[in-house]
Order: sequence, then structure tokens, then C-alpha cells
Amino acid sequence: MNRNEIKVCIIRTAGTNCDAETKRACQNSGMNAEIVHINELAKNNTLLDYDLLVIPGGFSHGDYVRAGAIWAKQILAKLGRDIEKFANEERPILGICNGFQVLIEAGLLPKFNGIAPFPEAALGTNFPIGYNCRWTYLRHENKGTCVFISKIPPSRVVQIPVAHSEGRFIFKKENENEYLEKLKGNDQLVFRYCHENGKYAAGGFPENPNGSLHDIAGICDPTGTIFGLMPHPERAYFGWQLPTWTSCERMPLFGDGKIIFDSIAEYILGKI
Amino acid sequence: MTLPAPDAMSDTISKIELIDATDKILKQISEELHIGLNAEEMRAVQKYFTKKGRNPTDVELQTLGQTWSEHCFHKTFKGDVITEKGKIQSLFKTYIESVTKELKKPWCISVFEDNAGIIQLNNDYAIAAKVETHNHPSAIEPFGGAATGVGGAIRDILGVWADPIACTNVLGFGPLDTSYAELPSGIKHPKYLLRGVVAGIGCYGNNMGIPTVNGAIIFDKSYVGNVVVYCGCIGLLPIKKFAKDAKAKDIILLVGGRTGRDGIHGVTFASAELTEKSEEVSRPAVQIANPIEEEKLKRAIIEVRDKELASGITDLGGGGLSSAAGEMAHRFVCGVNLHLENVPLKTSSLAPWEIYISESQERMLLLIPKENLRKALVIFRKEDVEATPIGELTDDKILTVFHKDSIVAKLDMDFLFSPPKTERSAKWAPLILMDPFLTEPREFNSIILEMLALPNISSRENVVCTYDYEVKGNTVLKPLFGRIGGPSDAAVIKPLDESWKGITISCGINPSYGKIDPYWMAASAIDEAIRNNTATGGRRIALLDNFVWGNPEKPSNLGSLVKACQACNVVARGFETPFISGKDSLYNESPLGSVTPTLLVTAVGIIPDIRKTVSLDLKTPGNPIYLLGKTFRELGGSEYYRKKGFVGSSVPKVRVKKAKNTVDTLIKAQDKGLVRACHDLSEGGLGVAAAEMAISGNYGITLNLKDILRTKDVDRNDFALFSESNSRFLVEVPEILNSEFESTMKNVPCAHVGEVIEESCLVVYGFNGNKIIDVRNQELVKAWKSFLGKE
Repeated sequence: MNRNEIKVCIIRTAGTNCDAETKRACQNSGMNAEIVHINELAKNNTLLDYDLLVIPGGFSHGDYVRAGAIWAKQILAKLGRDIEKFANEERPILGICNGFQVLIEAGLLPKFNGIAPFPEAALGTNFPIGYNCRWTYLRHENKGTCVFISKIPPSRVVQIPVAHSEGRFIFKKENENEYLEKLKGNDQLVFRYCHENGKYAAGGFPENPNGSLHDIAGICDPTGTIFGLMPHPERAYFGWQLPTWTSCERMPLFGDGKIIFDSIAEYILGKI
Repeated sequence: MTLPAPDAMSDTISKIELIDATDKILKQISEELHIGLNAEEMRAVQKYFTKKGRNPTDVELQTLGQTWSEHCFHKTFKGDVITEKGKIQSLFKTYIESVTKELKKPWCISVFEDNAGIIQLNNDYAIAAKVETHNHPSAIEPFGGAATGVGGAIRDILGVWADPIACTNVLGFGPLDTSYAELPSGIKHPKYLLRGVVAGIGCYGNNMGIPTVNGAIIFDKSYVGNVVVYCGCIGLLPIKKFAKDAKAKDIILLVGGRTGRDGIHGVTFASAELTEKSEEVSRPAVQIANPIEEEKLKRAIIEVRDKELASGITDLGGGGLSSAAGEMAHRFVCGVNLHLENVPLKTSSLAPWEIYISESQERMLLLIPKENLRKALVIFRKEDVEATPIGELTDDKILTVFHKDSIVAKLDMDFLFSPPKTERSAKWAPLILMDPFLTEPREFNSIILEMLALPNISSRENVVCTYDYEVKGNTVLKPLFGRIGGPSDAAVIKPLDESWKGITISCGINPSYGKIDPYWMAASAIDEAIRNNTATGGRRIALLDNFVWGNPEKPSNLGSLVKACQACNVVARGFETPFISGKDSLYNESPLGSVTPTLLVTAVGIIPDIRKTVSLDLKTPGNPIYLLGKTFRELGGSEYYRKKGFVGSSVPKVRVKKAKNTVDTLIKAQDKGLVRACHDLSEGGLGVAAAEMAISGNYGITLNLKDILRTKDVDRNDFALFSESNSRFLVEVPEILNSEFESTMKNVPCAHVGEVIEESCLVVYGFNGNKIIDVRNQELVKAWKSFLGKE
């Protein structure tokens, strides 16, 4: 099987707005991606025709109530059984920004013991408060579980931008420590906000742009096949997208975001 | 069809006794209905209905009030202006449109005709551009006012079948330290307005997923009473898909949000002065924004476009249905039948005239040939967007509006679109101003830091980062660029995956100069917009003009407007940059008086290969720094004078022949790869520009003032550092290529004035060779980020 036989579903609903560039990223990594409205997906129940599901960024249904909450319920209501099957077969699911918020709200992350009936974590209002669009440094924290970053060397620092107002990863205070230990124990930590030199942000702004617990920028489920992150890898795919590319003698061809899409393509090829 | 007898008419409409009314009564009627028509216009209406032998309905009068408003019809720019030097027939035709006509650029596809200006990008694609103002709504309700301002600009782009790909905004507020005691009642504090407006702009662009990539914020005392909010949008469309061929019998399809009581009399409100009462009287004039609705609307409209199902389109903005339906029919030389009872409503209690003029957001009108209607409806249903046929075009050139079974309006299109020509007198009296006598400062370290911390110079990071400037993943040059994030001169967008061609977007605005001379204010705005664009590699530039002025019925305001228009004509022609779209917002008055005459010039250029984009951050220690352009003793309206509490008189001028030569040659140098970094000199002059280049690259820079090309009277270090002469650039050149750069520049005022240095600090040597500035970058950054940082 070649990469171009990998079928990617980029799902959208009202308010999704990063679908086009996410599709472009998947295709530039050789995969065969299409953008499908959730209504179409539900009507023709075709979700299981795909090898990869990507929930892209945006403001699904205006992000009223809580960011991602409405779309999460919509997905469970319209695609519940298919999503469960998709996940149980360890077909990879990627949630970017609003997609990460959806995965949390849908109980698909952190998914300590199976799909949770209610959110086990939350992506709270940024601290400092407000929408924030800026480039961040992320440190690769995973020890091999997450299939989306297999091609990134351990503890390597990557540069990818964030843009959100609700990205502060938190647990309920009473089980904060327990759950954080679980994340570490299950090797579910994937990216943590850090300085250019790899030193953890330790909650400091702007390196940690939203006040996330433990500088968490992205996590995966215990199987490593469901991955959610606040930063936008599709916005760091090409060299000309980078914030300082003009200072390079020659323009770099690609940015760090590309490795994520390449890794997932490799995983799917290996799996099938 | 004749109007049915009154008893047959729906009780929700009323007829107005107009035929026998005296001028006094006419005035009353105009005021009571809030239609803002003056005596002469009311008499014209009376004459029309007397000829028809019947009284008008409220719907008819409201329609005329909307269509004839300054906001919709631009009476001042289209009307006659009487000056000491004689009569000017239409400022627009005489000074703005004439430039475009004379230049005859083949790449101008549609200008001043549709909702937005359209220019060529390549053989298959075109760029659409539009900038609007939303001042009055934002003064009443900053969040909603600004958000719907963005929404309106975006719909104008959709209104020419283009896919919106970037937003811009330029904002003007009163000083943030204005004391509450100074505020007249009904006027909101600049801090409150700033927060609300910025949040509103971010909300709309971010939610719709359109990057906000370029803009400016200006603080000026004259904006205390009348906030200034410019919203712009750039779009992309396949040239072949530009459908504009409607005919009689085509269906009028109303798509998008429902119609409610929000945004009643928006345009008459926009065409009146703000008063203490505006808050209560005009609150309903401010619409409510729902960006997600417009997001869905956008997707559906683009699909209708690509499937070529429509024959025409326009957005519902000022005047709502009443102006959109009329203008659309007028555009295709048709008449129109409309059925208001079919319009989906937010609340059933709306009277026909309210339905007809409501400015509820996220609505557009499409013209669909009968045979395509079903296909079109399917597309809107798929996106969960309401789409309702509400009428059709007719061949009788009559506007007929039905409600239930009765006719509520019946007007001849020709009458509706030929209001009495306004004639206004203009008088420009030059102000008696002079430059202040200031002693030359001894030490400049603290002064450069104070300059960087000034409201109009300091970092906008805390505002810019609340806008998503990355969404769509096509932003090549971002508003903040370099290792520390300095202020880019322009934004560069890469709109097509299959091409390296880019769009460069920049702006120019400086109201301080308008306090001295509106002519040079306008000239400088054009020069600044163009040099910002050129600095990054943009060429083949098209301009958009947006005037924000005081009440044109005051001869002095109109006098300054004439001066500004004359400058636009001369300077744009000199640069060979056509105007492709524009808008005027007059009546910017408050209890504190008129706003400073303010012209925003937006420049849209192209760059053949975005890999050649030039950013402002310093790149390599050891590289020489050149200053292009000559420095004159022009500190009138400068930030340096303002800091000391003066305006001055020596306003920066534009020597357009030389200026054009400079920008053209700079582009040549960029294409030869001779330019590593480039930044234009504007507010704060040479000193601030050098500091900003150092900040962004986090390298150091040295300057020798004695080496800069200047007139004799630039005989002091502070003049050399802070003069704001136009048409100047600082350029970093690769060390090994400096001789080639110099020979390329042989016909341009160009001087080698300094170097990039490893140690990150700003070092300036004065005329006598002494070091007058030596400040580390951390201090520069701290000062530069201090102002809005506090907010």
C-alpha cells in the first residue's frame, strides 16, 4: 500500500475553519484527504471507510457553552457507534485545537479507562485571559506510545503556533496529581510548552501561552492512536510559514509540523 | 397595477399626508420618520407624488430616506462643490475616478462598480479588495459595531463572488489617559472603546477563520468624541466565475440570517452627527453579529459560484433590503417585485417598513435563473443556511413591494436613483501655524526610549496577538516578524497552493498632518501606503481611499476635503497607482467638534515570488545599512513635536517624481537579491525606524547622522533623527554586494549611514561624530512594549 491509498476524513461542521489547510498538509504528506461535513458523514455513514479521522480547528457552532462541547455531543449523537468502532480498531484520530477540545469533551481523551461518559479533563479559559495567537516551542515528551510523532527524536524541540482562547489543560483539583501521574505512567504526555532551548516553560507566559497544567500542549490516549494538541501543525508545514524564515540564508523547505503528518502516514502504512 | 384603495391596504402600513404639506410639515415628517431628507429632497419627493396624484406610504418614504442617504448615495462626492476657484462637478469623478481612467491599467478588472474593487492576480485568478468604516455604531456599542464592521467588509467581498482570504483594520481612539471629567455625557471612554472594538474585530475574523493581517491604531484627541473604525477585507476569485448577467424573471433569493429589529436606520444614523442622545435614540441602529452564520453563508455562496448557478449577487448592508434590492435591479436596468411576507423574521411583530430597511447581519441577495433555483436551494440546505425566494426582477423599471395581498410601495427606478443633486460650498482657509522653538537636547538615550513608548509608536503586540493572523496557513509575512517580532511594513499572503505569487497588503494614515494641511496629509498617506508595500517587495500597486471627515455642510470641512482629493489625484497619478475602491464617512461630529480630517490609504500589491519577500529584521552583523531618500526639516505634525506638545507647520511633503523613482529602483535592488532587510521611515523618523529594525532582528545597528543626505536646515541631531520626511527607507545590504547596490541606486538619493553589529544595541553618532545614543535592545524593547502593555 502507498501513502496515496491512505484515506483521510477531515470532518467539519458549522464554524470549522482550518479544514482546507489541514487537508493540504495531509496531501503534501502523500495521503488522500477529503473534507466531509458531519451531516454527509452521518447520512451515508461512511466514517469506517477511512483510515484516519482529523478533527480540525475552528469555532464549531461558535464554541458557545464550552469550546468544542456542542460539536462533541453532535459527533457522539450522529456518529457514536462508528467513532467507538474506529477508536477500538486503533484507527488514528487527530484533534487539532478545536479538535482537541472536541476529543476532551467527547471523553476520547485522556480516555484513561475507555471512552468516558463525561469529560475527564478540560481545556479552560486561557490564563492570561483572552484569545492568543503566537508561535510556541514544544518539547517532545513521549516515550514511544504516540503514533503521531514517531519520526520526531525524543525530547527534540519543535516550533508550532497556537491560536485559541480556551487551551488551558486542567484536571479537577481533587484528582489533579493522580491523573497527572496516570498521564505520565501511561506515556500519554506528547508535547509540553518550553523555551527555545528546551527548558520547560514552568507556567511562565508567553512560553506557556495559556497557563496549562504541567505546560501540557498535547496528549494522546493510552493506545497512542488518539492525539489532541492545541498548536496547529498545519500552520508550520512549509518553510515560508515560519516566523523567522527570512533570516535564513536559504528558505527552509518545511517546518516542524510536517513530521506529525509524515509520522501518522508511516504508522498507517505499517499497520495495514 | 395601480395602488389599491386605502381600505384594501394592510393595516400595518400608513400613508403620509405629503401632497399638501408645507415646507415646515415636510421637515417635521422627515424628522419624525428618521429618514434624514433635507428640505429640497422632501420637495422633490412631494413633487413626484403630486404628479402621481397620491400620498406616499411609510415604506416608500423610508426607501427614499435610505437610498438617498449620504451613506448609500454619497451625495457630497457626487454632487457639485462651489469653491473660490469655481464649481467642481463631483469630487469623485474629478479627482479619484479620473486617475484610474487616465492610467488605464489593463489589470484593473472592475473598479468603483461593484461591492469591491477587482484586480488581476494571474491569468485565472483575481483579487477583490474593500475597506469600510463603522464609526458611529462602534461609538455606541464598540463590540457589536466593530464586529459587524468586519462582517460587512467580508460580505462586500462575497458580493463579488470572492472568497475572503485576509482582513485588515485601522482604528482611531482618543488618548487613553483622557480624564472622565473631559468626556461629554453620552461619550464612552477611549479605554472602554479600545477593549470593545478590538474584541469585536477579533471575534468576527477569528470565528470565521479569516486571518487579520494588517492594520494600525492611532490615538488622537479629535477621536475622543467620534471613534474611528476602518475594516477591510481581501478576497480571491476565479476570473471566469464572476457572474453578473441577470435579466428579468430571475429569482431574488434572500440567504443567510433572519431579519429582525436590529439595525433600523443604520444609514441615516451614519449620515448624522453623534449627539448626547445617540445612545438611546440610535442603539437599535447597531446590529448584532453572528460570524458562524456568515461562515456557513460563505461556504454555500462559494459553492453556488463554482457551480455557476447564479446571475447576480449583492450584500445586504446599509439600508438593508431597500437599498440592496433597488441597487441590484438598477444595476441590471430592471424593475423588481418583492414580497415582504416571505422574508424570514426573528420576530413576527415587524412592520413592513421595518422588514424592508432592517440591517440585520449575515444576509445576502442572490439572483438565480428559475431553472437553477432547486439546485441552489439544495446547497444552502446542506450548509444549514436559510434561503428564501422573495421576488423577481421585472422588465418594467418599477420597484414594487408587496406585503400579503397589498402593495406597500411602488416607485419608478429612475426617480429612486436620481435624487436632487446637492450643491455645497467649500472654503479652505490655511491655518496660521509655526514650528516651535525647541532647544536641542543634550542627551538622546532617554529621548529615543520616550519616543518608542509613545502611544502612536509603541508595540501593538497585545492587540495583534488577539487576532488570528495565521489561520488558512497562507501568511508569509506576519504583522509581527523576526526573532522578537517587530512591526512589519506590510502583510504578505500566498493565496494559491500552485503558485509562488503573493499579495502584499499595507496602509498609510497620519491624521496629525491633517491638522496642518489636508493636502499633504493625503499625499503622505498615499506615499506611506506605497512605501510600506514596496519595502516588503510589493509592486503593481492598487489603492483604496477611505475618507473620515466632519460634516461636509460646514464649508471649512468641505474645503479640506477638496484639498485632500486634489492630493489624491496628483500623487496617485504620479505613482501610477490607480484607485480601485473607496468609501467616504462624513458627519464624524460630536459635541467635541469634527474629527481631524483622516484619509486611510490601503495599498494592495503583488510580489511575483514570495521567496523574495523582504522583512524588516536585521539579518547579518557586518552588513552595511543604507538610507534611501532625502531628509528635509519636516517635523510639522511629527511625533517628536507632539511629544513636546506642539503641532508645528513644516508638514512632510511628497516629491512624487523622485519618490516614484526611489520605490521603483528599490524593487529592482530587491529582485537582484541586494536587500536583506528593509524598513520604511514614518512616525518617529530615522531614530525609531532604526530602533525597530534592531529590536526585531535582535542585532545591533550603528548610524552616523553626518552621512545622511539632507537639506542644509537639517542642522541638528534631533531634526535628523525625528524628521518625518516621506519616501525614505532603511536598507540592509549584503556586505559583498554593496558596490552593486550602490550602482543600482546611482540615480536615487542613497547614503551608506551605518552597519549591523553583533552586540544588540542602538548606537548613533551625531553630526560632530560624538556618540549621542547607545542603548541596549532589552531597554528598547521594554520601552516599546510599555504602552499597550499596561492596558
